[in-house]
Amino acid sequence: MTALETAKNAIRMEHITKRFGNVVANHDINLELHKGEILSLLGENGSGKTTLMNMLSGIYYADEGQIYVNDQPVTISSPKDAFDLGIGMIHQHFKLVDVLTAAENIVLGLKDEGKLDLKKAEQTITEICQRYGFEIDLNRKIYEMSVSQKQTVEIVKVLYRGAEILILDEPTAVLTPQETDKLFAVMRNMKADGKSLIIITHKLHEVLEVSDRVAVLRKGEYIGDVHTCDASQQSLTDMMVGRAVTLNIDRPQPVNVAPRLEVKGLTVYDELGVKRLSDVTFTANAGEILGIAGIAGSGQRELLEAISGLYPIASGSVRFHDPEGKNGPEGRELVGLDPMAIRKCGVSMAFVPEDRLGMGLVGSMGMTGNMMLRSWRSGRGVFLNRKEPEALANRIWKELEVVTPSTAFPVRRMSGGNVQKVLVGREIAQDPAVLMTAYAVRGLDINTSYTIYNLLTEEKMKGVAVVYVGEDLDVLLELCDRILVLCGGQVSGIVDGRTADKREVGTLMTRVGGGSADE
Amino acid sequence: MNKTMKFHISKRASLPWYKAWGIRAAAILAALLTCAVVTMLLTGENPLNIFTTLFYGAFGTARRSWVTIQELAILLGISLAVTPAFKMRFWNIGAEGQVLIGGLATTACMICLADKLPNAGVILCMILASIAAGAVWGFLPAFFKARWNTNETLFTLMMNYIATQLAAYYIIVWEVPKGAGKIGIINQSSEIGWLPRLGNQYLLSILIVALLTGVMYIYLNYSKHGYEIAVVGESQRTASYAGIKVERVIIRTMVLSGAVCGLMGLLLVGGINHTLTTTVVDGRGFTAVMVSWLAKFNPIAMIFTSLLLVFLSRGASEISSAFGLNHSFSDILTGIILFFIIGSEFFITYKISVRRSAGKEA
Repeated sequence: MTALETAKNAIRMEHITKRFGNVVANHDINLELHKGEILSLLGENGSGKTTLMNMLSGIYYADEGQIYVNDQPVTISSPKDAFDLGIGMIHQHFKLVDVLTAAENIVLGLKDEGKLDLKKAEQTITEICQRYGFEIDLNRKIYEMSVSQKQTVEIVKVLYRGAEILILDEPTAVLTPQETDKLFAVMRNMKADGKSLIIITHKLHEVLEVSDRVAVLRKGEYIGDVHTCDASQQSLTDMMVGRAVTLNIDRPQPVNVAPRLEVKGLTVYDELGVKRLSDVTFTANAGEILGIAGIAGSGQRELLEAISGLYPIASGSVRFHDPEGKNGPEGRELVGLDPMAIRKCGVSMAFVPEDRLGMGLVGSMGMTGNMMLRSWRSGRGVFLNRKEPEALANRIWKELEVVTPSTAFPVRRMSGGNVQKVLVGREIAQDPAVLMTAYAVRGLDINTSYTIYNLLTEEKMKGVAVVYVGEDLDVLLELCDRILVLCGGQVSGIVDGRTADKREVGTLMTRVGGGSADE
Repeated sequence: MNKTMKFHISKRASLPWYKAWGIRAAAILAALLTCAVVTMLLTGENPLNIFTTLFYGAFGTARRSWVTIQELAILLGISLAVTPAFKMRFWNIGAEGQVLIGGLATTACMICLADKLPNAGVILCMILASIAAGAVWGFLPAFFKARWNTNETLFTLMMNYIATQLAAYYIIVWEVPKGAGKIGIINQSSEIGWLPRLGNQYLLSILIVALLTGVMYIYLNYSKHGYEIAVVGESQRTASYAGIKVERVIIRTMVLSGAVCGLMGLLLVGGINHTLTTTVVDGRGFTAVMVSWLAKFNPIAMIFTSLLLVFLSRGASEISSAFGLNHSFSDILTGIILFFIIGSEFFITYKISVRRSAGKEA
């Protein structure tokens, strides 16, 4: 026990290398987590953060290298080994049973001697909650909980199992600013209690706010670590990207603003008869970027799909005003038309859906095949026209610097950023009048994200009505001219992107109804 | 804490085509060796003899070669028929019934129209009826799938039994002589409704399937329909997003699939057997699934996979008769060979690496 108490490092990873096929996900990484500190693991998507942490939690096994816990060499070959060593990981995707209560989920899978004593377990759980400041209703079923409540259950579950070392994988991605503050408070309490924490994130202001030290990964390599007090957003970005990057989004004043898409009283139900959108009314203007903010699952997907003719509409109207004023001042009604019918009546609407490979692209086809999704009808007679899609694919390949061996290489095997470039490139190439994007930069590195922001702004200046569904409030506030906030399928407010404040939007995100904020 | 796994399995990044085919060739070699050992142990024969017999069974004489090629053509034809459906991820395992119902329609025309229409008229009716019957057998499961999302695997499988029962019923209705329980050769003297011979009795079906292979290749790779099928197969949501009418594509493709099956029924009854039994398709409707999958839905590659399967099954059955073993023995041999061939796909997708024991110093 003396070794345990005197140990300086909770975790030490030495020369860790992990390969997947020919891809080196982690190369010769040395990482230390001191006792009682909060360490941020920072890096762009695909830089190997999650892979590295999965080796601590027993999901992957390192090809090379050695892990030490409390300065003792250990072998972690299963999640159980990790638990036995007091390592607990809270994954991005929660691993909870929906129909069980919070308490049941927390004790699930533990092999205690004798009969399960839920009463006693609940007592222990309540103690844990009080000690660290968690708010949790133990008898509530998981499916009735919001995302942040589910996350709380995950964290308590790990603590209940006696974790001394906690790893949180992008915990704030699904939280509102207020919920994030709460989480950070809890993290500080845990730290004060002597726990050691690692938080994976790519949001810089969070790194600066919560952590003591930052370790940076880039392309699977360990770049270095700095004390948070010596770091700034700019210095961290430069470490993360490997060169100086400007972090400003250019937001020119809109010109020639005119209504393009008028949505009135839109209401939709899903297959189970649950109301997903309720009386949604707004106007998307040409020459403007309209942001749509909201907690995940507040109706963003349904809204965009309903407008593009992919989701059944129960009531309401969607009117399209042609840039040349065809169809008169009333505009063209789109409700009741399918995507092909919308296209055929001359409405050019581009849509970058959230589910890139499941809806926007065909994973097994190359760039050319995917370009044809928008133009497959244009060939002569029964045959396909491959020439123009091939030319377009080559153009996007070059202009957006897509990394792929050829235009026939399956897009599924490209990295997330490149997949998104293919999709956004194709949609913009249609010269749309309306461009709708859902989570256009999710999973992209900083450079690609800024490429996409610039493309959207370019489209806006061309007079396109751009609808940008986003999750990062900082970006929404920097990029959009107006921001519509959805909460539980209702519009809880529309604010000016130039004057609104983050707290204000955060409040709107949780205002209506309060609940029903999960997926 | 010292339990380390000895080896682990991981997905291959990609494999150059020649290595993939190397693995497949090695699998076939290993399969043949295993077959030789098994046969040797059971019969005491020299393995060289066994391989000679295998080859002799498929290509020993001119007649054997023609029959092998004809068998290849029929299997390939049915495989081509199921391929568009499979490419669309519609698991049509009802080819057996679709071919049989096509054969039944052919038989009906041959028997009922023989003394009412001239030969050319009968043949025309046979062609139309067989294609239509197969198409109906394809349409029904597709319609229910498109409308109510029923399970197509069960539906097409059940349709096989309906086809078999219908065929069994009509065989009794048309039996010659009464009480024989079978139809016998139809129109044996007049040869009405027998498809014309080109040179010899095998060539017609071979040529038709050769043509079909080319057409199917172009249809799947260069036509709008082929593109729609590929997109629907990958993701129905992507298809709707691209403005493809998913229901229509499902129904149209299955009608096509069934129609081609019906055509193969025509060839079997009108061109080759000139009679109908309930086992005329002989499991090819299921073997076709394997042919199509092994060739990754590529019609040209399917020529080779169906050749392989036909060659092996004919060779294996020759081994069992030459060495005086019953028919199950040839099934055992075919089974061994298929086990190796299908197993080889695992080694093409995954690699196995032996792990150096890490964490020894612990």
